[in-house]
Amino acid sequence: MLTALLILFPLLAGLLVFFVKGNAARNLALGFSIIEFGLALVAFCMFKHNPDACMLTFDHAWVKSLGIHFSVGIDGMALLMIMLTTFLVPLIILSSFKNDYNNPNNFYGLILLMQMALVGVFTANDGFLFYVFWELALIPIYFICLLWGGEDRGRITFKFFVYTLFGSLFMLVGLIYLYNHTNVDGLKSWAVQDLYNAGRALTETQQSAVFWMIFIAFAIKMPVFPLHTWQPDTYVTAPTQGTMLLSGIMLKMGTFGVIKWLLPVVPLGLEKWGGTAIALSVVGIVYASIIAISQKDFKRLIAYSSIAHVGLISAGILSANQQGIQGAIMQMLEHGVNVVGLFFIADILFRHTGTREMDKLGGIRGMNGNFAVLFLIILLGSVALPLTNGFVGEFLLINGVYQFSATMAAFAGLTVILGAVYMLRAYQKIMLGDRNDSNVAFGSLAGTDKIVLSIICVVVVAFGVYPKPLNDVAEEAVKMIMLNLK
Amino acid sequence: MIKLIGLVPLFPLIGFLINGFFGKKISKGLSGIIASVSILASFILSVLIFMELNHSENKSHIVNLFSWINSDTLIIPFELLVDPLSSLFLLIITGIGFLIHIYSIGYMSHDEGFARFFTYLNLFVFFMLLLVLGNNYLIMFVGWEGVGLCSYLLIGFWFKNTAYNNAARKAFVMNRIGDLGFLLGIILVFVTFGSISYNEVFAKAGTVPTHVITCIALLLFVGAMGKSAQLPLYTWLPDAMAGPTPVSALIHAATMVTAGIYMIVRSNVFYSISEVASETVAIVGVITALFAATIGLFQNDIKKILAYSTVSQLGLMFLGLGVGAYSSSVFHVTTHAFFKALLFLGAGSVIHAMGGEQDIRKMGGLSSKIKITFITMLIGTIAISGIPPFSGFFSKDEILAHAYEHSPVLWFFGQVASMLTAFYMFRLLFLTFYGKFRGTHDQEHHLHESPPSMTFPLIVLAIFSVLGGLLGLPEFWHMPNWMANNLETVILRKDPSTMPHETEWMLMGIAVLAAIATIYFAYIVYMQKKTLPLKEGDKMPGFQKLVYNKFYVDEFYNAVITKPLDVLSVAFHKFFDIQIIDGIVNGVGSAVKGIGSGIRLLQQGNIGFYVISMVIGIVFIMLLTFLI
Repeated sequence: MLTALLILFPLLAGLLVFFVKGNAARNLALGFSIIEFGLALVAFCMFKHNPDACMLTFDHAWVKSLGIHFSVGIDGMALLMIMLTTFLVPLIILSSFKNDYNNPNNFYGLILLMQMALVGVFTANDGFLFYVFWELALIPIYFICLLWGGEDRGRITFKFFVYTLFGSLFMLVGLIYLYNHTNVDGLKSWAVQDLYNAGRALTETQQSAVFWMIFIAFAIKMPVFPLHTWQPDTYVTAPTQGTMLLSGIMLKMGTFGVIKWLLPVVPLGLEKWGGTAIALSVVGIVYASIIAISQKDFKRLIAYSSIAHVGLISAGILSANQQGIQGAIMQMLEHGVNVVGLFFIADILFRHTGTREMDKLGGIRGMNGNFAVLFLIILLGSVALPLTNGFVGEFLLINGVYQFSATMAAFAGLTVILGAVYMLRAYQKIMLGDRNDSNVAFGSLAGTDKIVLSIICVVVVAFGVYPKPLNDVAEEAVKMIMLNLK
Repeated sequence: MIKLIGLVPLFPLIGFLINGFFGKKISKGLSGIIASVSILASFILSVLIFMELNHSENKSHIVNLFSWINSDTLIIPFELLVDPLSSLFLLIITGIGFLIHIYSIGYMSHDEGFARFFTYLNLFVFFMLLLVLGNNYLIMFVGWEGVGLCSYLLIGFWFKNTAYNNAARKAFVMNRIGDLGFLLGIILVFVTFGSISYNEVFAKAGTVPTHVITCIALLLFVGAMGKSAQLPLYTWLPDAMAGPTPVSALIHAATMVTAGIYMIVRSNVFYSISEVASETVAIVGVITALFAATIGLFQNDIKKILAYSTVSQLGLMFLGLGVGAYSSSVFHVTTHAFFKALLFLGAGSVIHAMGGEQDIRKMGGLSSKIKITFITMLIGTIAISGIPPFSGFFSKDEILAHAYEHSPVLWFFGQVASMLTAFYMFRLLFLTFYGKFRGTHDQEHHLHESPPSMTFPLIVLAIFSVLGGLLGLPEFWHMPNWMANNLETVILRKDPSTMPHETEWMLMGIAVLAAIATIYFAYIVYMQKKTLPLKEGDKMPGFQKLVYNKFYVDEFYNAVITKPLDVLSVAFHKFFDIQIIDGIVNGVGSAVKGIGSGIRLLQQGNIGFYVISMVIGIVFIMLLTFLI
């Protein structure tokens, strides 16, 4: 019941916000998203108390003839993804308070609808329902990017839309194929466990085909090299809040999808092609990190760094061991928080100076020491310094990849070095040195900006020092997943 | 008391938090006091713990703080370990750390970033304490990267200066190269032993094939090369002198850079098993010692000379580790911490007196103007040059004696490095304190001894530089070697030396004579002949030019790594990403569009065509169902 409520509430809230005029829309949206976070916290407590609580699952036949159920539920991984989503959405809304968007009612309504679809993706236990939510999530973000984006948004957003839709269709074919092989007392079923069973009964060749069909959809979403070229342009052009939704949460649909809807379905396919997919992911890490070094626009630099980070997550998942997958889940949470922080910093820089070109910035540290410290903390989380949140995931991930192949781990580990190279270079150009002509006065931060950055910094340090509350859930969740993989 | 070990790193952390959050609001005096007192509290507690451990039967205490990262069989608790090794390092870190905090109150008194400085310094001590206190490799890694961060922040402390910022960034990145090796080493430890806690790992080390141990030991050593500035990852350390001088003394001489030594001593079980790894350590160490000492000969920046000297001394310590003389290396870490901190602080006092000047070509004749600084620095110089009975003599002699036992070739190069050290250190001393003053008039007027807050630490360190040798008197003198005995439980005991006493006496004699001869040579060159180093732009003989320019290693790295990486980055981005990969994507897009417009022409409303297509389709599908 609670799970259904978590989906229904943002839907209703979003629809309501559409009809509110002016700034009241954003305040209302913020309020609703905080309530949603409260609901998620309730779910978290219930789950901790009893992971099998019936309040957390909901199943209702939808299209009986096709075996489609509106079946949602919260397991450990879904719980963490919901925590991430519901935690980030209020922050994302709050981060927009200094931007004046046209038609705020539509903007914030779309964000809440997006949240509905995201929670749906993370909780769906029915293959068809999963697909529906998966595609639903694309619609609000498409409009957010199209209507409030920057230069050349028409072309770039269209490409993004078509590219991801193209991948999703492969997944649909893969899922239908699995569905056709299900057999539950003579009937076909979309239930996740039935699809697992159907997939495992396939031959190696069939599993390989299904592996690639489904993986491509997820790989485009993340994105994994070489399917990433829609991403930098889209991230740069989208309005900051759109970029945050894309990189902070939506990207995790892909990595989440691989863990829940791919690994357990086609073990033989994974065995045969997992190495190739890992290699692509690892190439992506090094490739994107190297490209990030020469970027001039800070937002584009973060976009490439995100490709590198997600490459490591993908490699960890595909190595299909406890540390790899657990690291991936932890890193999904941490990357979500940190990348939102970084994009927010890019936004603040732009608001204060009118540019994100790093060569035109500089000396901001001397003008606003607090901002410099907050930026530095988020940056350290992003380069995975121990005792920041980023380290927990990264350590487990490299560990997981190592168990698959030491060489791969060594290459994947280059992110440790290259991340420091491009991030510190960016920090130096933007913050250190003497002030540049273009940013004569970088005043103090607005109240809401301070709140958002401070919350993110607290999370960066707190879950770096004491990751246990989340890590325990992730550990148990992955143990369950591992049972399905054996 | 040992149960309270958690407080030792906690005090500096509290100091860090107070200064970090309220530093701007409180007065400079208060912020300096808070920072210093927090270290003093740690020091007092460390002393108490040290004494309790000495009297305790059990030499290894583990204190669990909380569980940190768990992943099925991978269990990493946040645990601290108190044993003779870590408790010794506690004393060095908090003791010297406290003195340097006191010194900094004077040295930084005019700086507007005063509170920020102490914030970083406290944070550094916190991480350094974690590094040595951790009971598993990952906690060590936490401290390891944490001190790297503080080093970055403090090298770039004056953040408006681009050169300093570059130096800071270089230090961080170079350390991270080492850190990747360390991290992979830790993972291999876990994969091999199923644990990364010291006691569990070392207990099982004997049951694992040697080549695996070698891999682990070499990966860990890569980390040590970065942090302890060994070839080829040493170039960040001389640049790190951009930071305020107390930072150079604390971080880049006495404590952080010795973390690599600590790590290998901690892991001595691995290095004792793997001959390949320990040979590598010895060879890298001795080459670094010689190489850096050579560069030190012609440098003119007082801090750079000391920096190369540090690299060289660290090389000697690694030589000691490589030949299995673990306790000797720890001994040298200790004495080096005294005299090198002293020398750096002395140099800081000189720079302070000279109004920021660091070039020894512009100094001279300072001995009468800043007496305390001069005398203490003289003591430090004698100590590092290896003249008995000063502390450096004993520790260096121990390392060289073990090296000789292992291989006379290693001993020889180590001995040469020591002679070079004696030479450039006395060159520094003569050029700085004797002769005529070569600076400007303003500087001459400005010359003054530093305030007591700065001279007090100099005096204390000078006393320890003299007496530190007592910690490890030679065994063949039939004296108790406290250092070796103390570390007995941590270090696999080496077989007792089989060298005849005559050889040991001979080596010692050679060392002393060589040092005296070298100093005399320096005396002739710089005191009698009053030779002055060449000025900027003067023509230099080939070899001297090569050395003066530090063998062009930085330029080499720039040309081979930094520049190509930049080019590669642009090439990947502009060509490979935009032209090729995205080109293909767009190409596919256009093709689909083209096919789409082609197919659209088929839909022209001709019912007959639709029917025929439908029939063909149905037949095709039926055929398929029959076939499959």
